[in-house]
Amino acid sequence: MFDFLANPWPWYVAGPLIGIMVPALLLIGNKTFGISSNFRHFCAMCIPAKIPYFNYDWKKEGKWQLILLLGIIFGGALAELVGSTKGLVDISMGTRAWLVKMGIYSQNSLLPNGLFNWESLFTFKGFIMLVVGGFLVGFGTRYAAGCTSGHTITGISNLQVGSVIASIGFFIGGIITVYIIYPLIF
Amino acid sequence: MKATLLYLSAGIYFGFVLVRAEVVSWFRIVEMFRFEAFHMFGVILSAIVVGIICLQLIKKLGLTDLEGKELALAPKSIDLWKSYLLGGILFGLGWGLTGACPGPMFTLLGAGYTIMLVPIASAIAGVWVYGKFKEKLVH
Repeated sequence: MFDFLANPWPWYVAGPLIGIMVPALLLIGNKTFGISSNFRHFCAMCIPAKIPYFNYDWKKEGKWQLILLLGIIFGGALAELVGSTKGLVDISMGTRAWLVKMGIYSQNSLLPNGLFNWESLFTFKGFIMLVVGGFLVGFGTRYAAGCTSGHTITGISNLQVGSVIASIGFFIGGIITVYIIYPLIF
Repeated sequence: MKATLLYLSAGIYFGFVLVRAEVVSWFRIVEMFRFEAFHMFGVILSAIVVGIICLQLIKKLGLTDLEGKELALAPKSIDLWKSYLLGGILFGLGWGLTGACPGPMFTLLGAGYTIMLVPIASAIAGVWVYGKFKEKLVH
């Protein structure tokens, strides 16, 4: 059992366990699963600046989501504690070959250490990936009214055509990143 | 209080599962967008299948919340399809670059990858800019 909890899971174990989140939050408090609204709650909390989009009762509407988010941080910490993530991610040989071609050799962690560190932040690549990338995640997710959890998992589970459109958009953006942007910046 | 603990537990569970599923890994995201392995597609598709089955069951059973309201998810109006597509593409660019969507950003932070504070702060800035210029965008 401990071995199971300490090591990566195959997709057919991980996927269904993620899907359970949708009915679980519905049963707990009739809530629609989603993570990205928390960014909006942070804005409403700290810098509303009289912008109508941030002028709402974030304590009332967002409390449950902020608590969920806090749990997610703890969950990440617990996973690291139970079984270290400082090991090789078992990606395909094709991706591995591509990474080496792009000059990314550090693969013994969940993230490429050479790119995701504080020094890298002040390089062109690091700035584009961490700062610009983060900005696009935030801007895009609110523009699209949902992220992977809200649209791809919850929305499609609820048979919403809009969520299929958003998810197609997610993939268009991701494909542009790996096939056009990465070869340009690496 | 009871609800608070339940949401907190659900979050801990979700963060733990995201790490073990490796969906928080930049490598897995790159691999997915290059269509070089089934792992991420398997995770997403099986999550959706379980979601659909559970939602249909809840509907069939006619379950209600404590106030007697029918359990139901917020719909995503199709009228906003332009913003879903445009916002979705921008989000996808960011997902590809950071290798993390919002849940994984916080999961990684918890797992000790403190550098994720940068994309989190940037994402909050991105949402703020969206809020500021919302009326000027196509929806």
